[in-house]
Amino acid sequence: MPVESIFPRLEALLPKVQKPIQYVGGELNSTVKDWDTADVRWALMYPDAYEVGLPNQGVAILYEILNELPATLAERTYAVWPDLEALMRAEGVPQFTVDAHRPVRAFDVLGVSFSTELGYTNMLTALDLAGIPLHAVDRGEDDPIVLAGGHAAFNPEPIADFLDAAVLGDGEQIAIAVTEVIREWKAEGRPGGRDELLMRLAESGGVYVPKFYDVDYHPDGRIQRVAPNRADVPWRVHKHTVMDLDEWPYPKKPLVPLAETVHERFSVEIFRGCTRGCRFCQAGMITRPVRERSITTIGAMVENGIKESGFNEVGLLSLSSADHSEIGDVAKGLADRYEGTNTSLSLPSTRVDAFNIDLANEFSRNGRRSGLTFAPEGGSERMRKVINKMVTEEDLIRTVTTAYSQGWRQVKLYFMCGLPTETDEDVLGIADLAKKVIKAGREATGSRDIRCTVSIGGFVPKPHTPFQWAGQADHETVDRRLRALRDALRSDKAYGRAIGYRYHDGKPSIVEGLLSRGDRRVGAVIRAVWEDGGRFDGWSEHFSYERWMAAAEKAGVDVDWYTTREREENEVLPWDHLDAGLDREWLWQDWQEAVSGGEVEDCRWTPCYDCGVCPTMGTEIQIGPTGRKLLPLTVV
Amino acid sequence: MQRLRVRYAKRGRLRFTSHRDISRAVERAVRRAGIPVAFSAGFSPHPKISYAGAAPTGVASEAEYLEIGVTTPCDPEQIRSGLDASLPPGLDVLDVVEAGQGGLADRLEVSDWEVRLPGADRELAEVAAEKFLAAGTVEVERLTKKGPRRFDAREAVLGLTVSEGTDRIAAQVPGGPCVILRMVVRHMTPAVRPDDVLTGLRLVADFAPPVPPEVTRLAQGPLDASTGALADPLDLDRDKTRGGEAGPAGEHVAG
Repeated sequence: MPVESIFPRLEALLPKVQKPIQYVGGELNSTVKDWDTADVRWALMYPDAYEVGLPNQGVAILYEILNELPATLAERTYAVWPDLEALMRAEGVPQFTVDAHRPVRAFDVLGVSFSTELGYTNMLTALDLAGIPLHAVDRGEDDPIVLAGGHAAFNPEPIADFLDAAVLGDGEQIAIAVTEVIREWKAEGRPGGRDELLMRLAESGGVYVPKFYDVDYHPDGRIQRVAPNRADVPWRVHKHTVMDLDEWPYPKKPLVPLAETVHERFSVEIFRGCTRGCRFCQAGMITRPVRERSITTIGAMVENGIKESGFNEVGLLSLSSADHSEIGDVAKGLADRYEGTNTSLSLPSTRVDAFNIDLANEFSRNGRRSGLTFAPEGGSERMRKVINKMVTEEDLIRTVTTAYSQGWRQVKLYFMCGLPTETDEDVLGIADLAKKVIKAGREATGSRDIRCTVSIGGFVPKPHTPFQWAGQADHETVDRRLRALRDALRSDKAYGRAIGYRYHDGKPSIVEGLLSRGDRRVGAVIRAVWEDGGRFDGWSEHFSYERWMAAAEKAGVDVDWYTTREREENEVLPWDHLDAGLDREWLWQDWQEAVSGGEVEDCRWTPCYDCGVCPTMGTEIQIGPTGRKLLPLTVV
Repeated sequence: MQRLRVRYAKRGRLRFTSHRDISRAVERAVRRAGIPVAFSAGFSPHPKISYAGAAPTGVASEAEYLEIGVTTPCDPEQIRSGLDASLPPGLDVLDVVEAGQGGLADRLEVSDWEVRLPGADRELAEVAAEKFLAAGTVEVERLTKKGPRRFDAREAVLGLTVSEGTDRIAAQVPGGPCVILRMVVRHMTPAVRPDDVLTGLRLVADFAPPVPPEVTRLAQGPLDASTGALADPLDLDRDKTRGGEAGPAGEHVAG
């Protein structure tokens, strides 16, 4: 039975809201299929505003892969802003997809991709607007399976009550597998209802179904154990890893929005995973091992992506793009190929390294040398050893000086505040560093026309990292250090004006910390915040620390216990039954080494140090060089 | 450098695009279509595409205009089909001509607007239109980025008629009667837009439609001095022998 479009009802509301274009769909390369041609239907949600959600690679890739499957359709839905939410409630318009404007509740699966925990309240809004009960236990046969993915799904416990299921890791193959399980179950006439479908998914070991696990607690509040409550449900659920990225060259048909979005470019993931071993970095820990796309696949994807989208910027994405084994040839090959076409190339996430200046120079042949960004993360050498971000002050000054003398005018430096073992001096070291950078830059260029911007945010310990046991710095400490740093940067008249300072205050980090390392008891806080009007928590103009603290108090949740408390080695962590492949003993050892200043090398170039991922997951490092080169193309 | 003048429509749900949205979409479509667009010189080169008299966000149009500078001579019909195929459905390229003498923007003197008012009362609308046309001036206020601004909405209105049809978007009043206002409005500073005229109708006769209006620009162009009709602004480019004279008035209403 076809499902009716809600668009006529939505259309009448659109003249009354901000930026209505974000709700109408119709993007180039979007797909609308007949409802009746599919027997498995996915609604894919990025739980933030369209302008943030549309460029998200994860959703875009799954959208394409699922729509390529026979008898399967996938549409997209995003968080609606409060102005439209109020009108939708008043007029009874449900949460809709932007592709065919179908009501989300009509789909078989609502897949929600969480890059950050701050999207949790937006998921509740979407469920509520869709008419789907917030709590999974209250859902019936006509409700979609609510399935979470993305990095935050590596600890979905705070939203466990609202989820039917979660998957960990790369989504390409598991999305197809889930589709086939649902297809089979529907074809058989939905035997055993919703419960049996979830059971079939759980038995595979690749899908986490929270309701099939019970959590017991010690009297002091710590978790005693997490155990399956049914036979045939595995004790641990494993992450998914796609091997051979050349076999998965998505996006092939990049979505081109009409509305303005945060990234207006065609992005190619040049590799997945990172083994630099930065201890704060959850992404680097949970996406191991490194799997490169070959230079030739990258070249073909860029060519196709530009042709299909008309974008004039290409981003080469990864967690540390300059680490690709053939990045020099990729950069030169692409720069040669697109010279004179007004196509710009960008390389986000580069390390502090003179080699990266050469790359940046290749990417700016047409003369635009505005700004370069480096992320030393820690202000002192000691601090950088603790986080295993191995860059010396000498390296940094030399790299930045090279950048200035080659015509770059602006350098941005990213740091974190509140790292384990951090003292006031470590943070004030950032001011010294910034001044030295300007001084060296002025000497090298003979010009005063250079700038350095210090950008700093609060550190949040994340699950599946060596810092998962660490006590998070309280927001008073973080804010005091951020103020002291500001004063130190401004006190010196000779440098003050050449140094910009951007910072985020410490309170949002505490809420992020609560949600990152929370357990199932935190769900009541999320629900209470949402009921109190909490929306768009990643946006400072919508975020309210006080609302979160009031909700925590109401729910009897001690925020400090979840955030600033350091955990013991043997404490059961809420995500211990979810397997990112990392050996728990290795993580603990690395945490101990962090405190004593021990460093870990990158396993791409040094022997394996047994983090555990490859043997557990049956994966291996896949890197070049292939020795191939990009051929010049005739560009239309 | 050859310059091409393009008439395009903004239809259906794509009427919610803003001017900036359209300009990004056109730049990308030009690249996809492989049109040899010229770029400005300098530190930050921009494609030479300029826009004349864009309709506001939320307003549909059958007559929007832009001009593209190209580095090698192009066949206008090929550009029309190539650009149309590269734009999302709803941004539809209707006509392309090689630019002749004179600026395009100068020719866009008047717009012909259709305003659909689902659920409105026809008799009240007619009374309001009569009162509005009879008034010497109708001062309205609009909130602009610089704050509230007062101006006369009457002088710019050359014609205002009321008819009836069916409601196209079937909004809150599905299948109900739909009053259609046609207004011919001269482009002035400050610009008088259809919603300013609606504000005027409310002020002179307390006429207030129950739901947001659906507005479409049907045509814009020069006013033929002899017939008083709206002419196709691209006719002057098509017929270069006629120089700066206004072309014959024709039927330009589409959709």
